[in-house]
Amino acid sequence: MSNLDLARWQFAITTVYHFLFVPITIGLSAMVAGFETQWLRRRNPEMLRLAKFFGKLLLINFALGLVTGIVQEFQFGMNWSAYSRFFGDIFGAPLAFEALLAFFLESTFLGVWIFGWGRIPEKAHAACMWLVHIGTLLSAYFILAANSFMQHPVGWKYNAATGRAELTDFVAVLTNKVQLVTFPHVVASAYLVGGGVVMGVGLWLLHKHRGTKDSLMYRKAARIGAVVTLLAGAGVAVTGDTQGKIMTEVQPMKMAAAEALYTTQDHCAAFSLFTIGSLNGQSQKAAVKVPCVLSFLATGSFEGKVDGINDLKASLPAQLQKQARAEGVPAAYSQPADAVYTPNIPLAYWSFRLMIGVGMTSTIVALGVLWATRKGRTALAKPWVWAGIAVPLLPVLGNSFGWIFTETGRQPWLVYGVMSTKTGVSGNGAGTVLTSMVVFTLLYAALAVVEVRLFLDYTRRGADPAPPELDPDAASADEHEAPAPVSFVY
Amino acid sequence: MTLETFWFILIAVLWTSYLMLEGFDFGVGMLLGIFGRDSQGSHEELSEDGATRKRVLLNAIGPFWDGNEVWLLTAGGATFAAFPAWYASMFSGFYLAFLLVLVALILRNMGLEYRHKRHGTTWQRRWDAIIVTCSVIAPLLVGTALTNLVRGVPLNKAGDFTGTLLTLLNPWSLLGGLTILALSLTHGCFFIALKTDGQVRRDARALGMKAAVVSAVLAVVLLGWVNVHTGTTWSWITAVVAAVALLGALAANLRGREGFAFSGTMLTIGMAVATYFLALFPDVMPSTTNTAYSLTVTNASSSHLTLQIMTGAAVVMTPIVIGYSAWNYWVFRKRISASTLPTKHDPLAPLAPSESLQEARH
Repeated sequence: MSNLDLARWQFAITTVYHFLFVPITIGLSAMVAGFETQWLRRRNPEMLRLAKFFGKLLLINFALGLVTGIVQEFQFGMNWSAYSRFFGDIFGAPLAFEALLAFFLESTFLGVWIFGWGRIPEKAHAACMWLVHIGTLLSAYFILAANSFMQHPVGWKYNAATGRAELTDFVAVLTNKVQLVTFPHVVASAYLVGGGVVMGVGLWLLHKHRGTKDSLMYRKAARIGAVVTLLAGAGVAVTGDTQGKIMTEVQPMKMAAAEALYTTQDHCAAFSLFTIGSLNGQSQKAAVKVPCVLSFLATGSFEGKVDGINDLKASLPAQLQKQARAEGVPAAYSQPADAVYTPNIPLAYWSFRLMIGVGMTSTIVALGVLWATRKGRTALAKPWVWAGIAVPLLPVLGNSFGWIFTETGRQPWLVYGVMSTKTGVSGNGAGTVLTSMVVFTLLYAALAVVEVRLFLDYTRRGADPAPPELDPDAASADEHEAPAPVSFVY
Repeated sequence: MTLETFWFILIAVLWTSYLMLEGFDFGVGMLLGIFGRDSQGSHEELSEDGATRKRVLLNAIGPFWDGNEVWLLTAGGATFAAFPAWYASMFSGFYLAFLLVLVALILRNMGLEYRHKRHGTTWQRRWDAIIVTCSVIAPLLVGTALTNLVRGVPLNKAGDFTGTLLTLLNPWSLLGGLTILALSLTHGCFFIALKTDGQVRRDARALGMKAAVVSAVLAVVLLGWVNVHTGTTWSWITAVVAAVALLGALAANLRGREGFAFSGTMLTIGMAVATYFLALFPDVMPSTTNTAYSLTVTNASSSHLTLQIMTGAAVVMTPIVIGYSAWNYWVFRKRISASTLPTKHDPLAPLAPSESLQEARH
């Protein structure tokens, strides 16, 4: 494998791995903050128990999300130094903003939250978790603004004197139309994950503790998780739909690949649910299609015209080259390798379907859970327990497929239409890149085993019992008092 | 002062803050391997066994180490934004060294987060070994990398590093690594002396003494060489201040003034890093192949607009970050000792079953 292929594989591995933990952190931090706030309002000990319990799961997960994020930031320089030189003037700023605005906030206030039980006023303690959550959202905003720039470059110009791309309008970068729809889509899918985790863990524990008083608490958790999953699922669908329309406009080839649509449909294009046989448009054996739905998804009208891959292959290169020339970008950057303008079509087709499929399945399960636990029901049939185990995984996988789709669908570009992927890679030898890929992959695999086992052990154990006394004034930070019991102390 | 110079100073400040803060938690990580062993019995406070001392050490850095590490991420992010060519050449050039730093930081973080999440001697012993090893490797390699930066590395016309890993492992950069390692250990000792009580506190003061003497010898040789190599009047001044501060820290530690001792090593690390960056300026990454290929604050920097925007963000955000970080240190300012530490229960001990629904309804 070449240096380029290895660097791409490494990027895929580190990104997908990192993004297993990111949506859990975003979603679960909001859920934990919500539970703790609800406890402060209602003084319902169950809510405090849930906050502490899901807080532990959050921490197990947060640790891995943070460390894999460091690799994420540094690999732009390590593996993609030519890209960093060419686009660093624009791409570096959101990353620096992320560190300055988000990472400090998350790390500092998570530390205070872990060690601060009983040491700082209760409201301040709950506020710490909200600040952690705000930190995760800010972090997502800046890194997605950077990614949206790669999907649809705005607010820049090519400077022939310095031989690189330079920023002309930072506000345009932050309010890129792709960003404005990607951010809500990603955040909604993170809440889908957060809801899924709380629903799944709640269901599983509800079954385990059936017939006991604690089952009431876990029923509540499962139902809250289900409601969040449903609301988030609606958000994911709406934002995803808008994103699809914008993507059709800015990267028509990606959306045509997502549908494996080879021939342009002038009106009423059908949405393909799945295809058997090759996806090259020639030997399609069987396909299930829903008439006119693709036209609606892509354009908002059942009669809209949708461009096909073959037609785009004919028209797109000239159009993109013309744009790149108008910007003054040298053809060495903007000409893709072997003049191939299509992404990997089966990958785009299937990752797109799987993203939607697994994401939406979790909302159907959520509906079922609400029905099965209606009117105080705590006795669940076995299938619900299995669903409970599957449900947290589905939206996590949906997130992975979404990233695989959007990143591979942009190929052959690093920055759409401007810089081809092959021109961005570092000059390091393939052996060097292979070394780091092997090291990180083995390390990540080992840590995943440790993480999952810890997560499952804590889940299996369930929530600690309520503290013997819940005195609202116990948490005064008076120095002369003996320190209150500290829950998360090392 | 140009914006490029301002950003050079700011990145120097970020590295300084990083080593001043994470330096002590690296040191405490190393102490885990020294104080954590079960003592042989002659001490008067036998109640503090190795496991308890480890908990005292880890709880002392518990609320802080994660935030400390963000200074490194910010230094990386700021370098990317303000000097993309520097970021690109440094991270692709020091590839394998940075790979090792990343692996060390990842494993160390996981150890600090996970070791207490399960009771069991094997589990905790393994993570302890990892924390100690990685707390040695990380400052050693960071020191090595920074010293190579000042010393210069083979860069070609495109700004690409043309050496190998062995190019980076030269005597001077290894001395730089050892110096940062020794300073971190000293800093960690003085932090523990300031933040804890009991046997650990006394041991830390005693060990801090020895570590400070070793650091002083290493630092004088290293900073002397840096200044002979590319020094200026200002970098000589900061090097002298660093040396004086370290001697002051030693004296303060002897007299039991723990706050002054810790501030002393803080100032030492700060001035040592300042010496590096003063000696580096106006280069950011000098080329030993041809000085014409050196990356400088001018040829490696971002556009004026990007620097302006970043300056706005830094001016607004840095005081806020310093403010809440300081609050964090203030909230957890109390000394920690074996006697105030609550008993640690197994976090995964099985729970008694809760009462059944029927009982609850009656």
